[in-house]
Amino acid sequence: MANHDIHFSVRKGTVHALVGENGAGKSTLMKILYGMQKPDEGTIAINGEQVSLSSPADAIARGIGMVHQHFMLADQLTVLENVVLGSEKLYGIGGQARKKIKEISDAYGLGVKPDVLVENLGVADRQRVEILKVLYRGARTLILDEPTAVLVPQEVDALFDNLRELKAEGLSVIFISHKLGEVLAVADDITVIRRGTTVGTAIPSETTPRQLAELMVGSALPTPETSESTVTDRPMIQVEGLRLEAEGGRPLLDDISFTIHEGEVLGIAGVEGNGQTELIDALIGLKGADSGTIRLAGEEITAWPTRKRREDGIGYIPEDRHRHGLLLESPLWENRILGHVTEKPNAKGPWLDLKAAQEDTRRIVREYDVRTPGIDVTAASLSGGNQQKLIVGREMSHKPRFLIAAHPTRGVDVGAQAQIWDQIREARREGLAVLLISADLDELIGLSDTLRVIYRGRLVADADPATITPEELGSAMTGAATGHLEHDEDAELSEATLLEQQAREDAPDVVETPDPQEAPEDEAR
Amino acid sequence: MKKFDKERVLLALAGPAIALVVAVALTSIVLLVSGKSPFEPYSIMFEQATFSDIQVLIINQATMYYLAAVAVAVGFRMNLFNIGVDGQYRLAAMTTALVGAHVALPSFLQVPMLILVAMLTGAFWAGIAGILKTTRGVSEVVATIMLNAIATSVIAWLTLPENFGVLEGNNSTTGPMNESGWIPGFELPGGEVYGLIVLAVLVGIAYWLVLGRTRFGFDLRATGASESAAAASGVNAKRMVLMAMLISGALAGISGLPILLGDSHTYGLTFPAGLGFTAIGIALLGRNHPVGIAFAALLWAWLDKASQDLDYRGYDKEIAVIMQGLIVLAVVISYEAVRQWGLKRQQQRVGEELAAAARKSKNSEEVAAR
Repeated sequence: MANHDIHFSVRKGTVHALVGENGAGKSTLMKILYGMQKPDEGTIAINGEQVSLSSPADAIARGIGMVHQHFMLADQLTVLENVVLGSEKLYGIGGQARKKIKEISDAYGLGVKPDVLVENLGVADRQRVEILKVLYRGARTLILDEPTAVLVPQEVDALFDNLRELKAEGLSVIFISHKLGEVLAVADDITVIRRGTTVGTAIPSETTPRQLAELMVGSALPTPETSESTVTDRPMIQVEGLRLEAEGGRPLLDDISFTIHEGEVLGIAGVEGNGQTELIDALIGLKGADSGTIRLAGEEITAWPTRKRREDGIGYIPEDRHRHGLLLESPLWENRILGHVTEKPNAKGPWLDLKAAQEDTRRIVREYDVRTPGIDVTAASLSGGNQQKLIVGREMSHKPRFLIAAHPTRGVDVGAQAQIWDQIREARREGLAVLLISADLDELIGLSDTLRVIYRGRLVADADPATITPEELGSAMTGAATGHLEHDEDAELSEATLLEQQAREDAPDVVETPDPQEAPEDEAR
Repeated sequence: MKKFDKERVLLALAGPAIALVVAVALTSIVLLVSGKSPFEPYSIMFEQATFSDIQVLIINQATMYYLAAVAVAVGFRMNLFNIGVDGQYRLAAMTTALVGAHVALPSFLQVPMLILVAMLTGAFWAGIAGILKTTRGVSEVVATIMLNAIATSVIAWLTLPENFGVLEGNNSTTGPMNESGWIPGFELPGGEVYGLIVLAVLVGIAYWLVLGRTRFGFDLRATGASESAAAASGVNAKRMVLMAMLISGALAGISGLPILLGDSHTYGLTFPAGLGFTAIGIALLGRNHPVGIAFAALLWAWLDKASQDLDYRGYDKEIAVIMQGLIVLAVVISYEAVRQWGLKRQQQRVGEELAAAARKSKNSEEVAAR
């Protein structure tokens, strides 16, 4: 059961935010609203009239439009062609459609040019095309699914301006997000979803991000703080001058250098899509570096294939566990073998040792508290948090020397989160070096011994996690601050006001406006 | 846990069972529409299966189907669609026949040499598609279809009388093979079963062992299940594609040997064609499982051989072809339906069991141990 007892209503001419942790049921709810999935019970009413939505076409006809997180645009077509595609009957495909597009674009300040090829547009522009596409089809209610995940902060501000225009024209916006600062900045109403049900509402002006977060997770937040330092002076992983290029020579990573010592956790902060994925790929060996070197305990591994790196002690908790961490339709014990097929206890020479692998899977299930009735069920039948516990258990079981932990607690419930943090801390005490990439700034600050900020493929700033605040880190993530970040005592303000203030301050004198060519690529690959 | 195992077996059998029932029902409707008895053809065909000579024909046919279907299945297990099994099989049979006609070694060397020639030829032909895919990104589906056509032409050219061909009546052949390369069959009351049925059994066992019990097999299956997860786990995807194509081709290569070394002893115009295409349906029906494929191959061979008599009993033997076609269609649909249903059901059951366990003991440590 993904959703039950969901109640909320959206007022006309407002932005209504739906917030919840990953896996709380936001996506399912959105699919129901957009007619992609049928509810088992309950009703949906639009303008007081009860409706049944059995397909997206139904939803569009009722004036509901959706902007997906991963854009659905054809790169080789122009903006105009993308917009009219599938709705040729509305205004034709020629001059009339062009006029209509201009009209909508001007009315809401979208600034969309109809004759540009979509492949030449940056992420933010593509998103505006998606919004225009929806408006063109006559939508009065827009659903935006995690619209800010791929945007840099200035683009987020621009998007919020667009949303304000929309609501001024009497349109309603459903804004789905788990970024609380943004939600508080833009929403008029907030509904919180937890474990598939609505657990409360909040009024932005009277709520702090922390209160909202506690409503989201359902309990006081655990803090991921590490107490004593275990950092040694023995370097485990050394990266020097790492550069990775996209096809065509555009740098995805440029001049990345860092060292992680035994017992050290290096946290990388950054807005999603600024090179984190590429950095992980380069370290695990999925993408070859165009220049620069990577050393593991002094040995150069730049040219090593993925398997050799993993055998040599690099553990990997992937960003996207479904794509990179699991075989969803295979039983748990086969998933325990994945990534370590050449290692004990999974293999004896060229043969698999099924008995030992299964036995060890049972041990992982027990020790890491993976909630499952057995090890023969498929990975797909476990909840996201339990899948993650299995992955963490698997990686930790091979005693890695260096662990790449990308969003290790994403979509994991609070209890499991604390447990995963404990495991990382414990391994670190025994000399593990960790590269921690996370969108959760509290997690980053709490777990890391050293912090670096990645922005457009470069490490632009560093900070001491003992003194830095999430807000200060956040401003460096926008590229506004570089170098060594010092904590400023006077800047202690409530988080929401600061975010809003920062948004206003940034707007007039933007340091560097993101060039569409250089903006991080859409995550959809 | 045992409960889940039983469930998995049940799910595995549900797919083919549903497909067969649907196919039979639809065939009966076809019979009804054409104004014939909807049931009698089945009884005729069952009756045929009791005759010992038909049984031998079925077993011999199934042997070849089995080898070719395993070749297809190797590709399927990692999401590669080797449509070229037919071309690989014919080219390998022709090459083996040629070598067998012109080289005469003692039997204990000749037979392994011929098997090796067949495997290498098949692997070479499939390897072309593999290399095209790994270096240039050419879809293996397109490449192998074209290689089938090229194989036909290469064979026609090589068997011209001015090249290596030998005319036997109207049949242009590769000439008789040396007897040291012949493999005697097993004498049964109804006739002779190909000696190389042993090879088919060995291939089945090896297929099961390699896929299920070796590191290589795990990598291959992982690649088929999720290419991105396999790559992240350290599988070299390109190498895997090439290996799978080579193995598939090698198996396709030996699938013509039972009849070549056991019966015809030459490659000619009468050599059975289309084996590789039939094998695709058989691999599908057998769920790429070594035992499943064996049953599917027997079923297909039975439909082929037992239907011949229908022509003399007032029915058309093409009924069997209709049925084969319907089975393939029904199989594709029913497998997908059963797969989705099974996944959903398992998710629900896992949820229920966990909820029940949580209710029973509030001490959550217990839950994980169950």
